[in-house]
Amino acid sequence: MDFFIDHYNYWVVIFLMMVGLYTVISRGNLIKKIIGLNIFQVSVFFLYISVGTVEGGAAPILTDGIELYSNPLPHVLILTAIVVGVAMTALALALVVRIKESYGTIEEDEIHELDHSL
Amino acid sequence: MIDILINVTLLAFLAITSVAILRMTNLFAIVMLYGIFSLLSAGLFVVMDAPDVAFTEAAVGAGISTVLMLATLALTRSRKRGHEGDYEEKPSRAHRPWLPLAVVGITGTALVYGTWDIPGFGDPNAPAQTHVARYYIENTMSDTGVPNMVTAVLASYRGFDTLGEVAVVFTAGVAVLLLIGGRRPKSGAKVKSEGGEDEA
Repeated sequence: MDFFIDHYNYWVVIFLMMVGLYTVISRGNLIKKIIGLNIFQVSVFFLYISVGTVEGGAAPILTDGIELYSNPLPHVLILTAIVVGVAMTALALALVVRIKESYGTIEEDEIHELDHSL
Repeated sequence: MIDILINVTLLAFLAITSVAILRMTNLFAIVMLYGIFSLLSAGLFVVMDAPDVAFTEAAVGAGISTVLMLATLALTRSRKRGHEGDYEEKPSRAHRPWLPLAVVGITGTALVYGTWDIPGFGDPNAPAQTHVARYYIENTMSDTGVPNMVTAVLASYRGFDTLGEVAVVFTAGVAVLLLIGGRRPKSGAKVKSEGGEDEA
């Protein structure tokens, strides 16, 4: 049971990663691919925050009478990653809009056909 | 104990939501589910003692990302397939499920194998907790005078890192403006596009 509790977080993180990866590989719709990428990204956030959690620790804000804090460093890294991730999502979605303007579709296989029927 | 219970439940919800996102074909529903996914993650970050990350995830992940995706849906929906089909994802013909499943299965198994000798969740003696993190916890107050360690590290100890982040966000913003800002052809106008003519 202890072994299960110790590793449950990591296993769910891996499951989420694989769902995201599978969405990216197997689905042809570009918006759905981007959402799959986002799921993968959030699962990496969980991996970092899980590593930084300390059993019985408090949130890393200095308070009198509290000795044990969670690790603040992963929190900082993930804070940065979230903001950069949204910037990247915006860029990817802008590319999707441009693809729609040029090809008239956002389905990968239709774009592929249009490229080869020229 | 209650912490662990909430943790386990929220992670299970997340797993279910992600599978629902994978299985659904209505893009509008998928985007809404992704908003729920982000909100659940924000709750989970609070349980794991990371309130700053939870704030950011709720505002940026659940808020801005969802709005951006909805805007993209409005700009890219296909009017050809009738009103109901506006946001419908087409079933993919080119892809067989077996190769992606094999790739995902092998990668997942390798990663699970890698967790076997990882320190347990919440272990206070894990290497991640005993090196540089200790320095921040002990010296933040005397070095910077800011009680919130995350803020202190973000804006003071690693201020240049944050400056780099601002540069990245600025670059992305400029790129988005270059891609879709300015000249905005009405859908239907003949753009100098290859194959876009079927958009009546």
